[in-house]
Amino acid sequence: MQKSLNIDPAKCTGCLQCEMACSLENEGIFNTSKSRIKVFTFHEEGKFVPYTCTQCDEAWCMHACPVDAIVVNAATGSKDVVADLCVGCKVCTIACPFGTVNYNADSGKVVKCDLCGGDPQCVAACPTDAITYVDANATGLDKMRQWAGKTDTTVGG
Amino acid sequence: MIYVVVGSGPAGVVATEQLRKLDPLANITLIGAEPEPPYSRMAIPYYLTSKIDESGTYLRKQASHFENYKVDVVRQRVTSIDTELNRLITDDGQVRRYDKLLIATGASPVVPPVPGIDSPGVHNCWTLADAREIVKLAKPGASVVLMGAGFIGCIILESLALREVNLTVVEMENRMVPRMMNDVSGNMIKSWCEQKGVDVHTSTRADSIEQLSGGKLRVSLSTGQSIDADLVISATGVAPNMDFAADSGLQIDQGIVVNDYLQTSDADIYAAGDVCQGKDFNTGEYAVQAIQPTAVEHAKVAATNMVRGHRTEHVGNVNMNVLDTLGLVSASFGMWMGVPGGDSTELVNEDEHKYLSLQFQDDILVGASSLGLTQHVGVLRGLIQSKTRLGAWKEKLMKDPMRIMEAYLACSQSQVGVA
Ligand SMILES: Cc1cc2nc3c(=O)[nH]c(=O)nc-3n(C[C@H](O)[C@H](O)[C@H](O)COP(=O)(O)OP(=O)(O)OC[C@H]3O[C@@H](n4cnc5c(N)ncnc54)[C@H](O)[C@@H]3O)c2cc1C
Ligand code: SF4
Repeated sequence: MQKSLNIDPAKCTGCLQCEMACSLENEGIFNTSKSRIKVFTFHEEGKFVPYTCTQCDEAWCMHACPVDAIVVNAATGSKDVVADLCVGCKVCTIACPFGTVNYNADSGKVVKCDLCGGDPQCVAACPTDAITYVDANATGLDKMRQWAGKTDTTVGG
Repeated sequence: MIYVVVGSGPAGVVATEQLRKLDPLANITLIGAEPEPPYSRMAIPYYLTSKIDESGTYLRKQASHFENYKVDVVRQRVTSIDTELNRLITDDGQVRRYDKLLIATGASPVVPPVPGIDSPGVHNCWTLADAREIVKLAKPGASVVLMGAGFIGCIILESLALREVNLTVVEMENRMVPRMMNDVSGNMIKSWCEQKGVDVHTSTRADSIEQLSGGKLRVSLSTGQSIDADLVISATGVAPNMDFAADSGLQIDQGIVVNDYLQTSDADIYAAGDVCQGKDFNTGEYAVQAIQPTAVEHAKVAATNMVRGHRTEHVGNVNMNVLDTLGLVSASFGMWMGVPGGDSTELVNEDEHKYLSLQFQDDILVGASSLGLTQHVGVLRGLIQSKTRLGAWKEKLMKDPMRIMEAYLACSQSQVGVA
């Protein structure tokens, strides 16, 4: 059974530990602007919403890539950017209907969540269990994926 | 079943993979006219800047990929199709039979009617062969004239500037990327390029190209100016490679005409990619989009219908582009120019070269264009393609379009609980 990130915004306090952990793991520095998971703030409602890639089956980013630089990780099911192959064309950043592949001008390449190879550091860092790593079927991601279905370019099939 | 795919760009390659996935026993042939392994034109700009070598442009990196997929790759040009007998003929005189055929022959650059355009030293930037010539001539300090500042022109612009040539850009229309950006944002790109030392002439034509002794080319402009260049690059537009299809009796218009299953006027022949006049998601009309994501999506739908019969309808692609001009990233989606009776909102920050325009029909996002935004831009596509109703968020966006990510989370991610 593959696992996925389950995000429960109701539990998020906006402490940004997940962003810090992500940035440290992937970029080697504490810099929330480099994080692949983002916590969005709804000021009026006083709510926080952590948000990152759902590793969706459709994988628009992967199919749009002209140089095969996004591949499926056989162990975790995540869609990983192979930095050596990425030319930085950014087509994946507009193809992903969730907006979860982003361009990093410093490296000239794109970055996205790769579940840290199966040990997601955002999960480890979250003090309130707002982000957990659980069996894929059990997650609220289903809803998000349903929405992804609406973004398909085909009907039927 | 015998499937033949003509054209080994992204559309052709993705189609062969999908055909194999759905029909493990079929006989699949991929025919392409260029000598290299199947490659991606889109990667050429990065070859020009040495970010990758030629193999970095290959669509599939494993040498054995096509063998693994049991796809027979043939390097020949298809010259005609006999639609009565389901056969096609290649340059070398070989005749091949097909049960189902996919035409994915892409497009070729158009030759602008400029005297001297056929002089040595004038090149397109469309194939790897073109790119090799450009690399030879675009040395640091060389004088280069780029004709055309459309989408492809602007992509090459960045590569040439990074090669440290003295670059002059000539564009007939009044702004850069006229089919992707409006007056405001198109001219913001121009001012950005000028600040970076690129000489940009909009509303200007190249009237003639004259060979000088010593190998230089003199380009005379409609403004009366002339520029002596070591290299002239023509990027004034492309047209579908469909002559052989038309001669074979297939119905053509801007591109090869297809129905909602990407089937051409011949029941056994399908089309995909830059050659195909497929449905546009926003307008519902049929148009050649000539972009990579559309080519790939066409290929998947066409191949699926070729194998399974018409169970997968093509609902159309959102036209979309992303461009990096010397560090300024721009993107456009769908009806970025707006729709009759629709609403629009715009944020302009000329000093920081930031721009965002949103176009609505009712409370649904139907188009957008941006400058200087690199984070989460994909949600613009997501909102357009899902036709998500924005409700009260539309008014908030009308006041501040930069809240698009909040609007997206609130409206499309129901578990977020802030709708
Ligand atoms: C420099 C450059 C930059 C680009 N950047 C972008 C970008 O950033 N984003 C984007 O979305 N798009 C971009 N594009 C456009 C993108 O490359 C095309 O949309 C895409 O390649 C279309 O794929 P295709 O398979 O339909 O056609 P092509 O890639 O053109 O492939 C068609 C293939 O068919 C072959 N062929 C043609 N006629 C015949 C024949 N009679 N017999 C056999 N074979 C034949 C050709 O040789 C070619 O190999 C760029 C293009 C260029 C040139
Ligand atoms: S930016 Fe990199 S990963 Fe994304 S589509 Fe381009 S080459 Fe592929």
